[in-house]
Amino acid sequence: MISLFLALALTAAPVTEPALGDPSIKPHYPTLPVITDNEHLFDQFGGKPGLTALIDDAMNRWLVNPRTRPFFEHADQARIKDLLVKQFCVVLHGPCTYDGRTMAESHRGLNIREGNFYALVEELQIAMNKRGIPFSAQNRLVAALAPMHRDIIAK
Amino acid sequence: MTDFMRHRIALAVCIAAAGCAWAPMAYADSAPALAASAAAAGDGAPDMPAGAGTDAPGDHAPMIETGGRLLLTGGVSTIEGAGGGGLVPWALIGGYGTRDEVGMQAFATAVGTTDYHLLAYGASVNLFNRVEVSLARQNFDLRSTGALLGLGNNFIISQTIIGAKVRLIGDAVLDQNSLLPQIAVGAEHKINDDTTIVGGALGLKRSGTDYYVAATKLLLSENLLLNATLRLTDANQYGILGFGGLGHTDQALKAEFEGSAAYLITRKLAFGGEVRTKPNQLEGTLGGTTFREQTAWDVFTAYALNRHVSVTAAYVDLGQIALRTQHAGYLSLQFGF
Repeated sequence: MISLFLALALTAAPVTEPALGDPSIKPHYPTLPVITDNEHLFDQFGGKPGLTALIDDAMNRWLVNPRTRPFFEHADQARIKDLLVKQFCVVLHGPCTYDGRTMAESHRGLNIREGNFYALVEELQIAMNKRGIPFSAQNRLVAALAPMHRDIIAK
Repeated sequence: MTDFMRHRIALAVCIAAAGCAWAPMAYADSAPALAASAAAAGDGAPDMPAGAGTDAPGDHAPMIETGGRLLLTGGVSTIEGAGGGGLVPWALIGGYGTRDEVGMQAFATAVGTTDYHLLAYGASVNLFNRVEVSLARQNFDLRSTGALLGLGNNFIISQTIIGAKVRLIGDAVLDQNSLLPQIAVGAEHKINDDTTIVGGALGLKRSGTDYYVAATKLLLSENLLLNATLRLTDANQYGILGFGGLGHTDQALKAEFEGSAAYLITRKLAFGGEVRTKPNQLEGTLGGTTFREQTAWDVFTAYALNRHVSVTAAYVDLGQIALRTQHAGYLSLQFGF
């Protein structure tokens, strides 16, 4: 069984990290940390339609929460949602390609504080609850995203 | 008796004060607007049980800029006032304050054992997810055992505990790509008021300081929180029976192990257990195995209603206290912002 997983891991197409537009911004952590080598987790999120609905709801919440609203209300929300769906899809080993920038680059200069970061995570958790995504599956995704704090939160 | 009543009143005031301070915040949010935006979100899927009815977008947004960390990630208040489980201080800084925020918590805990009642209450301040300062008061009611010792019913031994904790390295929650735990050091200075039994009949030292180092890790992908704490202490029964051995002979700090594990069921609900070893410095005080001190353990459930209120219920086996083993029910309320 283990060798089967290994074989799958080795034969899976390697995920390419986004190219650095500005080499001076060195990421601390991958933008696309793929956390599984099978389809189960992706299915638990309802596949790509599930992720799209999830991010739609999450964005609505981010636009209401005063801790996250300032970062989205004047941004291109459709583009951000599209990229987040692709990013989560890749992280969950779904059949997607992420064509955005690294987390380090896309959050530069936004002056995001730890409280903003946690508020975003919490609204995402609530949105995942609403969609009935199992808590353990949620936590696998959040655990993969949490270390991005080094590239997202301004010190 | 008057002493006992005063303690009860103090507890009631503590709860009422916290309730008064927080209730207006809970109702200050604009409910109709939120309900409208929730409807606009158009998601008819049922919520998870723990989130039912409280998860409209933004309804947990703070009135003031404090307390941004995730629910339950500050732990609860131990009976000694530090953030942790019920008996074991963790490396997590209590409350929900982020690295940019300060916060405050208040707690009240009642423990009803086979022979005794313990009432603990207190408050703590968290500074920038780095420092936690706590103040706690414990009232240990001997109930009918007091009469057995000729002290009358409901004789109370009280102590005050001043605590401080500093996070040294790691972030138990954010650093999910590393096995490095969050590590903190802390101290608890305890001042026992009792000159009748502790300072009198037993002739024990009435104050002492515990020192501890705690390592806590949230293994989020496993839904698991683990903690290990090493404590240096000379306290007997947390200090309620004073410090050191009889006749001031044994004054050395003993190294004791404390551990906790909690399983996260939802983001608001956790279930877990703890164990805490303790020095055994008074065994045989009244002959035989009297006053033997044993390892305490508990199983607990903690539920965060929201950022401001959480409830912890536990079954505790405190081991032997004075004459026999004490099984206990434990109920704790925390308020914070």
